[in-house]
Amino acid sequence: MINYLKLIVLGLVAIFAMIAASYARDVAYQVHAIIILAVAAGMFIWTLRRTDEPVVATPQNEYMDDVIRAGVIATAFWGVIGFAAGTFIAFQLAFPVLNFDWAQGYANFGRLRPLHTSAVIFAFGGNALIATSFYIVQRTSAARLWGGNMAWFVFWGYQLFIVLAATGYLLGGTQSKEYAEPEWYVDLWLTIVWLAYLAIFVGTIVKRKEPHIYVANWFFLSFILTVAMLHVFNNLSIPVSIWGSKSVQVFSGVQDAMTQWWYGHNAVGFFLTAGFLGMMYYFVPKQAERPVFSYKLSIIHFWALIFLYIWAGPHHLHYTALPDWASTLGMVFSVILWMPSWGGMINGLMTLSGAWDKLRTDPVIRMMVISIGFYGMSTFEGPMMSIRAVNSLSHYTDWTIGHVHSGALGWNGMITFGALYYLVPKLWNRERLYSLQLVSWHFWLATIGIVLYAASMWVTGIMEGLMWREVDANGFLVWSFADTVGAKLPMYIVRALGGVMFVAGAVIMVYNLWMTAKAAPAVDAEAANAHATPAE
Amino acid sequence: METYSFLRELADSWALLVMFSIFIGIGLWAFRPGSRAIHDDTANIPFRHDDRPAPLRGDDKPAAD
Repeated sequence: MINYLKLIVLGLVAIFAMIAASYARDVAYQVHAIIILAVAAGMFIWTLRRTDEPVVATPQNEYMDDVIRAGVIATAFWGVIGFAAGTFIAFQLAFPVLNFDWAQGYANFGRLRPLHTSAVIFAFGGNALIATSFYIVQRTSAARLWGGNMAWFVFWGYQLFIVLAATGYLLGGTQSKEYAEPEWYVDLWLTIVWLAYLAIFVGTIVKRKEPHIYVANWFFLSFILTVAMLHVFNNLSIPVSIWGSKSVQVFSGVQDAMTQWWYGHNAVGFFLTAGFLGMMYYFVPKQAERPVFSYKLSIIHFWALIFLYIWAGPHHLHYTALPDWASTLGMVFSVILWMPSWGGMINGLMTLSGAWDKLRTDPVIRMMVISIGFYGMSTFEGPMMSIRAVNSLSHYTDWTIGHVHSGALGWNGMITFGALYYLVPKLWNRERLYSLQLVSWHFWLATIGIVLYAASMWVTGIMEGLMWREVDANGFLVWSFADTVGAKLPMYIVRALGGVMFVAGAVIMVYNLWMTAKAAPAVDAEAANAHATPAE
Repeated sequence: METYSFLRELADSWALLVMFSIFIGIGLWAFRPGSRAIHDDTANIPFRHDDRPAPLRGDDKPAAD
């Protein structure tokens, strides 16, 4: 019965997309209408062929792992794409000739940069968060995912969002808000997908068999809820026409700027921090085979982050039209945030107490530990940079870029790699990873890559900050902007090489995970049986 | 009083006090007597039910671990 309803909806969507494609006022909108038409028509046929076929009952006594396997593949796939895009634009900055003439207006730095940021944050990070949260919430609730195939809707719906966002950037469909570039209809689509995600997560927690909600789920839930709120408020806009991608923001001026950075910083705080802490609080204890160091500390860590992070946004707007009290508030809360962040770091690291020898033998736990180390470093650097006096030097320079990357590559990247190395043998029913030596290679390539990246950005950032403000005895500026650009070239090359190493590590990981799924020995027959056949 | 000034004053007086008290309350609640056993049990959740969900009600066979 539900299939008939689906067919009607898909048919209507396909017809609407057809009309939209012909009335389209701009290329981005037209291409998107064609993509949606293709997806809706394809799904129409697929649904039609399955309608009135016997439905196979889903076993309630097994975890829903197929969608997580798909999520793991998507994470690795988008990760490599996003890292490669970042490395390419790093070379574009060092060698402007790479902004090819024939691709002008499509593949120059300005168009590719949001593609890179969204690919790593939302495609790589987002898929990692969705997949791991589905894995963790089932294991820690001792219950199958709520909502049946809705999890597949979330997975594919999210991939569609990524494709629409990425193609939109290249074709110029953007509302020019950092980390919130997609236009109004893509935002509406993401809202639908995200609410379905929230429903699945809450539904699974509600039907849990454990009396308590494990701390990782608290972090994931806060991440899902807060991102829903941030996304809706920052994207309040009115489309100019329903046949075009352009929209106008409801807020304007400093209100818009404040909303944008309230969104922007909490995208860091809840997407890149809270969600990934959910991963940390599950995978680090699992890999170390001992419970988290202090459960009480994890509770304090959680609530302190919740109460503090939401106020830190104004530190992005020092020395702007924003009232001083607001930017001071942002600065103070950012500095206070240092404490819970380090509390969480200590909690993660000390989980290994009594098992430090594992660092020698297990490169996966090494990866997790260094990610927590980078979490600690970037949550120290961030509060420091939010102080107004430091910010006057660091803001608008490459130091900011270096800071973001030590957090994103070091913390988010490494903890995700650790999670993938943990998940693939479990999900594909393998005894162990294909090669621990390759994990070591990945570890060192990625670590050295990040160090090259962060160090070169410190040098170039502080250098250009100092050059911009240097005045001679008569009070004239000593350097022109182009002087700073010229002086940065060597550091830009070092940064791009760091990126090459990081991508190389990720490619090695993909090979290793592929071979694990294909060639590593399966878990022994008895245990494999327990996996394969449902207990009646 | 205009809305902005009212909200601004509310935010740095009563609202601040309420939020701060809730936060401190949560912190103290975590350290309440008897919480250790609960927290130890909760901290060990990841080490149960790794392979399949807890048995449903009415399921008489125990789940394989």
